Order: sequence, then structure tokens, then C-alpha cells
Amino acid sequence: MQGPLIDTLARQGVTRRTFFKYCATLASLMALPPSAGRAMAEAMAAAPAAAKRPSVIWLPFQECTGCTESITRSHSPTIEGLIFDAISLDYQETLMAAAGHQAEEALHKAMKDNEGKYLLVVDGSVPLGLDGAYSCIAGKSNLEALKEVAKGAAAIVAMGSCAAFGGIPKAKPNPTNAVSVSDVIKDKPIINIPGCPPIPVVMTGVLAHFLTFGSLPEMDKLGRPKAFYGETIHDRCYRRPFYDQGKFAKTFDDEGARKGWCLFELGCKGPVTYNACATVKWNGGTSWPVESGHGCLGCSEPDFWDGGGFYKALSMPANPLKMASAAVAAGAVAGVAVSFANRAKKSAAKAGHETTTLADLEK
Amino acid sequence: MSATMEKGVRVLKEVMDAPIASYLNSCVHCGLCAEACLFYTETGDPKYTPIHKIEPLRRLYSQEYTLLGRLMKMVGLSKPLTDAELAEWQELVYNSCTLCGRCSVVCPVGNDIVYMVRKLREGMSASGNAPDGIKGAANRTVTIGSPMGVKLPAVKAQMKHVEDDYGIPIPMDQEGAEYMVMLSSMEIINFPEYLGAIAKIMQQAGKTWTLCSTAFEATNAGMQIGNSDLARLIVSRIVDGAERLKVKTVISPECGHAYTALRWEGANLIGRPFTFQVKHIIEVLGEFQKAGLLKTEGFETDRLTFHDPCQLARRGGVIQQQRDLMNQVAKNFVEMPDAGFINWCCGGGGGASAIEEGEELRIEAFKKKKSQLDAVKPDRLVTACANCRIVLEEGLEHYQMDIPVVGLTEMIAEHIPEKGA
Amino acid sequence: MNEMQFLTWVRGTGLNIAVGIFLLGVLWRLIEIYSLGRKKDLSAPRQVAGASGWNTMFRRSLPPKDMGMVKRSPVSYIGGYTFHIGLAIIVFLFAPHIKTIQGLTGLSWPGLPSQFVDLVAVVTIAAMVVVLVDRINKPVKRYLSTFEDWFTWLVTFLPVLTGWLAVRHLLLPYTTMLAIHILTVEILLVVLPFTKLFHAFTLWGSRYYNGAVNGHKGVAV
Repeated sequence: MQGPLIDTLARQGVTRRTFFKYCATLASLMALPPSAGRAMAEAMAAAPAAAKRPSVIWLPFQECTGCTESITRSHSPTIEGLIFDAISLDYQETLMAAAGHQAEEALHKAMKDNEGKYLLVVDGSVPLGLDGAYSCIAGKSNLEALKEVAKGAAAIVAMGSCAAFGGIPKAKPNPTNAVSVSDVIKDKPIINIPGCPPIPVVMTGVLAHFLTFGSLPEMDKLGRPKAFYGETIHDRCYRRPFYDQGKFAKTFDDEGARKGWCLFELGCKGPVTYNACATVKWNGGTSWPVESGHGCLGCSEPDFWDGGGFYKALSMPANPLKMASAAVAAGAVAGVAVSFANRAKKSAAKAGHETTTLADLEK
Repeated sequence: MSATMEKGVRVLKEVMDAPIASYLNSCVHCGLCAEACLFYTETGDPKYTPIHKIEPLRRLYSQEYTLLGRLMKMVGLSKPLTDAELAEWQELVYNSCTLCGRCSVVCPVGNDIVYMVRKLREGMSASGNAPDGIKGAANRTVTIGSPMGVKLPAVKAQMKHVEDDYGIPIPMDQEGAEYMVMLSSMEIINFPEYLGAIAKIMQQAGKTWTLCSTAFEATNAGMQIGNSDLARLIVSRIVDGAERLKVKTVISPECGHAYTALRWEGANLIGRPFTFQVKHIIEVLGEFQKAGLLKTEGFETDRLTFHDPCQLARRGGVIQQQRDLMNQVAKNFVEMPDAGFINWCCGGGGGASAIEEGEELRIEAFKKKKSQLDAVKPDRLVTACANCRIVLEEGLEHYQMDIPVVGLTEMIAEHIPEKGA
Repeated sequence: MNEMQFLTWVRGTGLNIAVGIFLLGVLWRLIEIYSLGRKKDLSAPRQVAGASGWNTMFRRSLPPKDMGMVKRSPVSYIGGYTFHIGLAIIVFLFAPHIKTIQGLTGLSWPGLPSQFVDLVAVVTIAAMVVVLVDRINKPVKRYLSTFEDWFTWLVTFLPVLTGWLAVRHLLLPYTTMLAIHILTVEILLVVLPFTKLFHAFTLWGSRYYNGAVNGHKGVAV
């Protein structure tokens, strides 16, 4: 353990001023007032002055490790800064040095020493099929592990679309019967940070919020922090004027594509996707899918893999209309059948016609 | 045999065709037809909405000729028609509908409601639900030869009177004549001047014409009661007479529904095109006028207006001729508002005038005609339908309006100079 | 079912079913109605220019001349024109809808600016409410109206309302609102051939027959 974080940063060449600016930026990104930036700075700066840095346990389930990869790209704070100075990352299979029994021991010690106070981060979905046998660590199924570790957690961060909504394992036909964290744990505060993977600074921003305030930020109906998932890509997209003007790229290298026109026709799911890509962007603000010329996949939305196709526009039916000709034929058959019945009825009525005489006018 | 519900239903099944099916499926309940019907506008009672008058027809169509309707009938969601219902509908189908056709003109989806009322009457009459008044008229037309019970001797007597008064012979059963003239009961009994007028006009025009002893009556009560079998019977007499006498043209008199029955429904009733033409007397006069065969002298100087009979103008297509004729003999002819094709019905056509129970309603509906007349304040009212004349006179009397009603043909004839003068 | 699954369903299976039933229904009903046929008119026709079935098919879209009908029932005409034309503009001249039609048929045409269509939607919604109120207030309309009239009003109104709410991001999150909008359109499609909404198809035939019968007599209606 080192001294106050602020000293660590100073040693690394980060001035106090720069550090405060970072906290202010983070606060404003999350639409928090300036005072929160100060609070964040004080909390993080003074963090080591507390008895311990907060314990964070990261459990990986049916995941591709993309979320871990993503968080390591966080530029501010860097993953190193986080784990060396701000938190105690007591269990993270990709990053930790230990393996095997030693790693298991670290996990159980952290759980025991910080019971009720550690932050549980989960990435990957939880398979329920075959009693959870599809994914096991140290002979224990993910389902069992989740329930066990969640018991002593202060809060759970479902990192990435798999943990938040089931992700790619859950896509049809869902052979492992994968479910999300919130499908399993019902009695702990859970925050979902979807994305495939989520934006790095979104992941660290939520952690910073928890470190600062000891609670999870305001969430939408799907448990996502509103600060980062409150607006659709479409509403923040820089290509929106082209959508409004009806200028669409029709192929990936036509004139429209090269002019940077809207990618709606190429399947962009921006209108139905809530995320911060259009504003925060990726790789430290370098670019994001649409800017690079590919439509949004909708990766922060539940079941986006089964959303009808990444290259099929939202206005197109998800499946081709294969019933059309069959329906027309069936309708014609029904109509003709009825018409025969009608004609028969009319002929029968005609055949049974009894010429009206005057007597027939009286009942 | 007697009328039964079963017969009525069978007949209604027979009359269904694509037009009716199309109309019934197009109605969107907009209620505009009511705004065109004088029975609604003058009473404010929504039950007189034209499309509502044919509700039994709609239900029968749905239950018999649509798959969904049949299913609904099977599971009891749609009740079959009952005799009591048809009896209840008698007022709507007969008393409050003169087959004037205004509703068919305004319907935005194109429904020909008067066509459907006409067809519903087939079922009403076959099931015994036609009003007594029209039944009586039908009875007399079929058995005696005329709805008012006029027989050949009476006709012959009138012929003699006219011959004496006008000094012009009235031919009967003249084979090879160009025109066969028909009369309506009203004329024979109430307006014998009509026959004299015909005689004068024909003489001046130099045309050959004749009455027919077996077919002097034009009025078709079968049409009014809405029974094709009876209508056919009556029309056949005329067709037989015309073919027997080998005439070129049969003239329908100043009567509305007689013209419709013969000119438009006749060929369809007997199942083959006519071998002769059918013209309304006003059409013939119009032709004579254009050919210069109608020479008149003098003018009516009082303020005149014209009431277009529905079956002649809107339902018959004879609209301009009466105006040209009026202008030939009237100096002060003014049109009432809504004249011509969109004229309001007198309230007594389609057999309505024969229904005693409907008189109160007709009087109330007459307020519309009254308003037209009040707007134009004529000294006299001219028309070209004997039934309209009677109904107008009744209405005017009720509302104490001193406006004499005259027939156009007579008025024209009055201005034909005496032969040899 | 979450909102994304709901949207995927209405865009996929739901739309398949709805369009299928719609096409089936239209064919069936058209044949059911028009196969009854019409007897040939054996009376001698009167030829008058402008008096025919074809003429009436189009002429009947306007109120009849000089009959004072608009004055007698202004809401029927003005309200009726407004919402019909409004619906046509929204359905056929709004870019996302043109895109859908293009996806289904390959046909496309230029649309109107979205803000203009937004205004048209508001006017259409207002007109439909006015027309509904008139149906409740006017004795004839109220007398004639059955459950079907109220139901078809609702089924036609909801797509316009939910579509407008979706574009405006009102009431519910966009994904859900969009899914509901598509669902209401599917309900409309399924219901159309079997209710008075089928007048969209049959009014042409009705006007034709009416015009033909009267044209035969030389009367232009």
C-alpha cells in the first residue's frame, strides 16, 4: 500500500490540477454537479488514507474477455492507476498473477475479510443448462459461484451485455440456457453496464461513482446508468442531419458512404440503442462505429443478436415476407369457395321462386 | 298460396347481386344520406335515415352471402330476420320512402340506396308486409286494369267527352300508328284535359297516334309495392299491346313511376329488349319543340315555377326539356331553389300517397316543398306528374297556400291555336 | 419479453401474420362480394357525356354540386377530407414509411420533410377526434353507430397517435413506442378486410355501379 493517491499521481507526473480536472470531467460526463467532481477527487485522493482500498472481486462467466480488454483501454484512470491506487482488485483471472489454488485462496480471503462491503463485478452470462455444467471454475458452476459470492457483496456490477442481458450465448438457440446476472440474483443492488464491450470510461466512471458515493448512480428501467445510457445513438449521432434529409448510403462503398451519409439503410440500429458511443466515442475519443462507416449494432440493448440482422434496416421486416403469395392464394381460394356457395344459394332461391299473385300479398 | 316469411326470405336471396353486396360493405355510417332525405330533414327523426331503412336487407345479405355472417348466424351472434321485424320496417320502407333517389346521389362511398329499398320491397311484398293502401292499388291494377279501378268503358266515355269538347278524334287500337299513348288513372279520372292536350299536340305535329284498349293504364302498382312478378304482369300488357299494334314509340304519361317501370325496368322484367321505344310525354314534346313541330302562341304571364318529378328528372334523365317547354309558353318562369336534378320530392311518390297511415308524415315532410315555394312565391306551380299534382295540392291545402297546380302538357296545349284558326 | 424482443417480434412474425391475413382477407372478400354478379340491363340506354360509372368513381370524391350538403354536415366533409388526406400523406410521404414499402415491394418515391409530416399528424389526430365527437353528438350518426364504428375508429386512430408519440419520443421509451406503433398497424391490417374499413376497396365498385346505373339513364351522379 502506498500513500495518498494524490502523491502517487504526482510521482507519475500527473499534477494535482490535472487530477482535479479529470474528476471534474468524469463528473460532468455523468451529468453530476461540480461539487461531485470535488467529492470524487477528495475521495479518490484520500482513498488510501482509509484503512483499506475498497475490495473488488471480478468473476468471469460465459464471456469472451472483451470486457476485461475494454477496461484495460481506459485512459483515465488507467487500469494500472485503478488497481494500484484506487481499488484492491482482489480477484481477476486475466490480470491477477496468481493461478490455481492460490487464486482460489485470494478469492475466499477477500470475501471473508470484506464481507458485506466488496463490490462484485461480473462479466459473461450465467448458463443454467445441465445444472450449470457448461461453465465451471475450480469445479464449481458459475451459477453456484455467483450465488455464493453475491451473498457478501455490497453491490453487483454486471459488466458487458452478457452479464447484463445474456449477450451472445443467449442468442438463438441459446444452447446453454444462458441468463443474465439479474435473472439469478434478486436481493442485491445490480447495475448493468451493457455494451459489447462497454465503453472503457463508462466502466470506470461507474466504479468511480461507487467509490465516491458508496452507492450506484441513477439507473433506467433496464438498470443502466442514465448518465451514459440516457440517450439513443440516433439522437446524438453526428450524421443525423443526413437521416432527416433522407440521404442514405446504400452500400458500404457507394458515393453516399464516402460522403458520410446516414447508415440507416445499411442496418444501423442507432434509433433503438441507448449508449454513449456517439458522444464519448472509443479509443480515447478517436472514433466509433458509425464514424468509421459501419452502422450501430445495438450492442448495449438486450437480445440485439436476434434483432433481425445487423444489415437489415429497422424499417424492413425482420424476416422476409414469405407468407404473401400463400396468403393471396388462400384468400382467392376462400373467396371462390364462398362465391360458389353464394351462386348455389341464389340459384336455389331462383329455382324455388313462386310467382306472386295478388293473393300472395296477404299473409 | 299466401304470403309467408319463407317466401319473403327466398325472394330477398334472389335479388342479391354484386352492387348490393358492394354497397352494404361500403357504408361507413356517415349519415349523409339522412341529410338528403326529406323525411329526415323535416322530422329530425334519425330512424328515417335511408341506409337504416334497408337494415333487414343488410342483415340477410350478411347471414346468407358472407362466410363470417353465416358463421355468426350459426353460433347465434346474428339473429335471423323475423316477420315481426319486417312488419316493423313497413313504415320505413314504404311510408317514409318515395324512391326519390336523393340519398343515392349524396352517398360519398357511392351507395345506391334507392336501388336497395326497391329490392327490399320484393321481400316485403312477398312476405305480406306491404302496406294495405298499395296492396289495394296493386289488386285493382291487376284485376281491373288500373289502380283506381278505371275500366275500359270509363276510358271510352272520357274519349267521347274529349272528342266532343275538342273536336278531334281520339283513335283506339289503331295498328301501325307511330305513337301509343298511355294514361294514368289520375288523368282519366281527375285530369281529362290531358287527353285533349295530347290530341291537339299530335294533330298539330301531324303524328299518328293511338290508345290501346288492353293497355291504357301506365301506372305500375307492382313497381310501387316492389314486386317484380306483379310489375311484370302489368308491363307485359303494355308490351303485348304495343307489339300487337306495331307502334314505334310508347308514350308514358305525366306519371313518375310509370315511366321508371316501363322505360327502365320493363325490358328487364320481361327478359328481352323492347322492339319499340319508350318516351315520357315531356320527352316527346321536347323532340317536337326541337323539330319545330310545336307551334304555340301567347304566353302565361303570371309567376310560374316548376316542380321536377323525381322519376322524370333525377331518376329518368329528363331535366332540360321541361325548362325549354316552360320558356316557350311562360314569360315569368322562375326556378325554385334546388330545382332540376336535385329537386326535393313531393313526398308522395313510390306508392306513398296510397298509404293512409302515412299521411301525417307526408304532411310534415311537405314542409320542405313549402320552403322551396316560400322562397320563390309563385302564382302557380307547374309539374309533369299526376301523382305529384295530387300530393302537392293536398300539401298546399294543408298549409293554406293558395297556389294552383297545373300540368305542363295541358299548359302547352292551351297555347296551341285551334285548327283552322 | 423485453422491449427489443417485442420490437423484433412485431417487425418479424407479427408483420408476417398481419400482412398474410390482410392479403388473404382482401382477396377473399373481394371475390365474395363481386362474384354475385350483375344482370345486364336490357333497357335502351341514354348516352350522355360525363354520365358513367368511371366518371362517378372519381366525381363522388367531391360533395354533390349545389345541394348544400357541406353546410348540413360540415364535420363529415371537412373532418373526413382532413383525416383521409392526412393519413395518405403520413403513410405514403413519410420517409421511414417509404423505406418500409421499398423493403416490401422495391418501389420508392421522394418523401416530404419530417417536420411537415409531424404537423400533418397533429392535424390528423385533431380531425379524428373531432370526427369522433361528431359521431357521438349528431343524432343520426349516433343512431347508426354500432360497436364496429367505435372499434374501427380506435384501430385507425392508434397507429397515427402511437407513430407520432414514437417520433416525438413521448410517453414511453422509443423502442417500446415504436414496437407498439407497428403492432397497432398490424391490428389495423388484420381488421381491415372484415369491417367497414373495407370501404377502402369497395367504394370504387359501389361508385362505379351507381354511376353506371344512373349513366344508363343519362343522369350524371
